[in-house]
Amino acid sequence: MAKVKFGSAEWIQALQNDLNASQAYEEAAKTWEGDFYFIVDPEGAIKEPIYLYMDLWHGKCRDAFVVTDKNAKTPAFVMSGPYSKWKKVVTAQLDPIQALMTGQLKLKGNMVMVMKSVKAAQEIIRSCTRIDTEFEM
Amino acid sequence: MWFFSSPQIVFGEGALSYLAQIQGKRAVIITDEQMQKLGFVDLVKEQLAQANVETRVFDQVEPEPCLDTVRRGALMLCDYEPDWIIGLGGGSPMDAAKAMWALYERPDLPPDGINPLEYLGLGKKAKLVTVSTTSGTGSEVTWFTVLSDLNEKRKLGLGSRETLATIAIVDPMFAMKMPPRLTADTGLDALTHAIEGYAGTWHNDFADAVCLKAIELIFRFLPLAYRNGDDAEAREKMHNAAALAGLGFGNSMAALAHAMGHSLGAVFHVPHGRAVSLFLPYTMEFNANAGNYRYADIAKFIGLDGLGEQQLTWQLIAAVRDLAIELDSKTDLMSLGIARDDLNKSMEHLLVNAENDNQIVPSSRQPDRAELRKLFEYAYEGKHIDF
Repeated sequence: MAKVKFGSAEWIQALQNDLNASQAYEEAAKTWEGDFYFIVDPEGAIKEPIYLYMDLWHGKCRDAFVVTDKNAKTPAFVMSGPYSKWKKVVTAQLDPIQALMTGQLKLKGNMVMVMKSVKAAQEIIRSCTRIDTEFEM
Repeated sequence: MWFFSSPQIVFGEGALSYLAQIQGKRAVIITDEQMQKLGFVDLVKEQLAQANVETRVFDQVEPEPCLDTVRRGALMLCDYEPDWIIGLGGGSPMDAAKAMWALYERPDLPPDGINPLEYLGLGKKAKLVTVSTTSGTGSEVTWFTVLSDLNEKRKLGLGSRETLATIAIVDPMFAMKMPPRLTADTGLDALTHAIEGYAGTWHNDFADAVCLKAIELIFRFLPLAYRNGDDAEAREKMHNAAALAGLGFGNSMAALAHAMGHSLGAVFHVPHGRAVSLFLPYTMEFNANAGNYRYADIAKFIGLDGLGEQQLTWQLIAAVRDLAIELDSKTDLMSLGIARDDLNKSMEHLLVNAENDNQIVPSSRQPDRAELRKLFEYAYEGKHIDF
């Protein structure tokens, strides 16, 4: 299978497909209700921010796409950080919780929900690592 | 990038007298009724009186404190407006004090909203002093707070670096009155902190150093303190070891034994130290079976013999089991008095709790649902982990 570029429409689609095929994610996130923006901040060769939208609902990803106008959606959660940090998270070199605790990534939204959903968060990262991803830097 | 966070630690005989030097007007002592009965609250009040600090006491913290208790304590703080909060006791009063402090600073915050992922803006109204009276929890030096959600029958691992105490008093005088069972349970809790802190994936050079020293002290002095509570040296060394282990896992996190122990404790009300330490050798075997031999470093440090990392790892696991037996501790869930039917009925709840406990994140081997179930089942029967 050909590599897909991180942050592209193909990449977020691949993540949606992988999540929806994951029984572990479905079980872990069966009570989760909340959509996300994953924002990749410009850095190096990446000159414009990338907005990835995911609608996560009861163990499934109902929709996922790249957003060009960030005002298009008002998701419940927004997680953002520079490209290099996302690369480390997606390739499992950086624990996303450590990244959040040290301010390398930032998260806005209902923290009570997030803190109770450790397993679901882990499964999303596992899903990311299963995508054959290429990076621009 | 990572941090090493620590309060100012005042330790050794007479450390409590440091309270007479603090500057302030009003203090609230957060504690439990047992501390009142033992006279420990009066000892603290005497020191605060010397500093001309007015004092009130909230002594309604129950074991494994719940969210409502924290809310009630925070209301009292908001009413009295102290500039010092003193968390006095074992892990429960100190954890409760951290959470109450956070809600006093941020009344808009729900107790389960105390989290390490965002800046909370705490520390503007008061400072926190922790005074540990047991030798195990390490709560005096960590920013963690474990609260019980009674509705969900779940323990919530909460906390923020901003809830780290300003000052931690580690005075061995308090530990002298611990009965043997409490000495064993809390000491094994400290051992679990140090071993998991060292072997987890969030380990780092700074935390490693204190974890190793804590483990060395615990293996040497815990049996002595258990057999003879009047052994002042053993008591002091164990009190220090617990704080060192707290610094260790507080800056590297615990791991799977804690996730399973929290889960078990919330459902079957097993004391924290007893629960997490019971699971420790099982989870060590689970990790070792996947080739995690970081335990070998610990074995070498405490002078165990073995050829190569694999053998040293299994030597350490055997030493942990032997220590529990030496301390007359239960080593399987069945002997805790849990009926097999009750375990089976609660299994789904146990699994979900453990999977979503934040201490599972740094485990060096992540169990899937089936493995986690087997870990509980093997621990029930006392079987060595063979998968």
